[in-house]
Amino acid sequence: MNLDIASILGNFYVLTLVKLGLVAFVLLTALAYLQWIERKVIAHIQLRVGPTRVGPHGLLQPLADTIKLLTKEDLMPPHANKFFFVLAPMVAVFFALSAIAVIPFGPKINLFGIETYMQLSDLNIGVLYLLALSGMGVYGVALAGWSSNNKYALIGGLRSSAQMVSYELPLALALASPLLLAGSLSLREIAESQSGFMLGFIPRWAIFQMPAPQLIGFILFMIAAFAETNRIPFDLPEAENELVAGFHTEYSSMKFASFFMAEYANMVTICCVATLLFLGGWYPIVPSPVADYIPSLLHWGAGAMLIFHGMQPARKWDKYTMPAFGVVFLLGGFVFLIPFLQPILLPLFWFISKVGILLFLFIWVRATLPRFRYDQLMHFAWAFMFPVSVVHLFATAFLVALLK
Amino acid sequence: MDAILFFLFAAIAVVSAINVVVQRHPISSALSLVGVMGSLAVLYLLLGAEFIAAAQMIVYAGAIMVLFVFVIMLLNAGSETSPRKGWLLTAIAMPLLVLFLGLVSYIIQRGFPNAPLVKFGEFTGGSPKEVGTALFTRYLLPFEITSVLILIAIIGAVVLARKEME
Repeated sequence: MNLDIASILGNFYVLTLVKLGLVAFVLLTALAYLQWIERKVIAHIQLRVGPTRVGPHGLLQPLADTIKLLTKEDLMPPHANKFFFVLAPMVAVFFALSAIAVIPFGPKINLFGIETYMQLSDLNIGVLYLLALSGMGVYGVALAGWSSNNKYALIGGLRSSAQMVSYELPLALALASPLLLAGSLSLREIAESQSGFMLGFIPRWAIFQMPAPQLIGFILFMIAAFAETNRIPFDLPEAENELVAGFHTEYSSMKFASFFMAEYANMVTICCVATLLFLGGWYPIVPSPVADYIPSLLHWGAGAMLIFHGMQPARKWDKYTMPAFGVVFLLGGFVFLIPFLQPILLPLFWFISKVGILLFLFIWVRATLPRFRYDQLMHFAWAFMFPVSVVHLFATAFLVALLK
Repeated sequence: MDAILFFLFAAIAVVSAINVVVQRHPISSALSLVGVMGSLAVLYLLLGAEFIAAAQMIVYAGAIMVLFVFVIMLLNAGSETSPRKGWLLTAIAMPLLVLFLGLVSYIIQRGFPNAPLVKFGEFTGGSPKEVGTALFTRYLLPFEITSVLILIAIIGAVVLARKEME
């Protein structure tokens, strides 16, 4: 019996299980904290402070919310269709979470002699898999609305299915043009096709890449992404001033939490896809020797700023918590300089930063823009988004065929 | 492993297909049909036709069936009331069903007496690139004719649905 760690971990199934556990843990924690970040950011944009009671700066709020949602009474509306009422949140969360399986977070890494991709599975139809899952995700919302036997929920479900089917077209068309540049449907190969720099300093990301820069495609994709994830300004399915809470009006406890989790998981997935297709995945924005120090410098800057604010505390506990976080950031900056961890941490840093910036955009837009009216939403999809993305796809195809 | 998956999803497909007919409520039937399409997609995947599997999920399960469910929800259709079924109907239907199954198996036996069994993982022409190449070279004419047919159907639907504007 060979009980060498490397050989056990080298086994395909064991390795996949380990990666699965890691990704699931990080993803679920990130989803919980995304909500905290959203509340904090919106609060600061609106000149409030957001959650502060549970833990320092409200950092334990997600944990408290989870416990609250787990222990709440699970109500079943008396006239609901019980089977579909229970099935709907499961469907929503299942298809939202399984999308992460094809997302690559970084290049091939070599750790303790084990070579593996920072990805759960590399499908050569990765993009189509994601489209299929996003199409199936509609059922969760539609069924929830219908099975609740509540008029607000039903209208929410109807709106959602119509909206998601409509916006899937411009989404898929906007997403097709970087595929033409990369010549592949595997997300890893698409990201790898965007490595390197043009003229020595412009990154070869799809939004800059010659012969057909995808800037317009990226904007179209992000607009459609807002609609696909039912976020403001397109959150008509749960417009609270018209429909109480839309499709999840009747849901409580863990079932409600499932819809919540599905929404955030969809947001994370779509930001990952935008990063991989348009923003060069895990490749840095400047060439290598400079790019390797940027993570450390950013961490040190953040640490210094936190310690500086700790010196002039605005609140009672700030003089302890802020320097503590500052020291963590300062040490974090040094972690990026360890040569043995660099090949893993640097791509991960760039990938997570890009996804994070896009997620911040989602939150920023939510705090800034008002909601569309429903007819405006549909008109916008079919009369503006669809023709523009078709023209954009044709233009990209023409340029790629002519110049590449 | 392939065989186990095949029998599992084939069984799911058949059970869901029967469920489409048996269920009284239109939503249950529609969702059973989604189940049939999903398990068919898995079967395509087992056979190595990745693109067809993905297209099956995106087009049938993800778009067409969503519209079905949407319309059922919009019309708020209730459970079907079952028509009174006499013993005569069953008495005629059962032999006909047996006859149909016998006919199908007879045609398969006679038509393809020495057809080789399907082997999983043997077919490798299912990637998007190969499907695209085949569609735009060898099968270009049928492909274009199909697209014209679909265009005609779309225009027909628009003409029929358009309100009379005087």
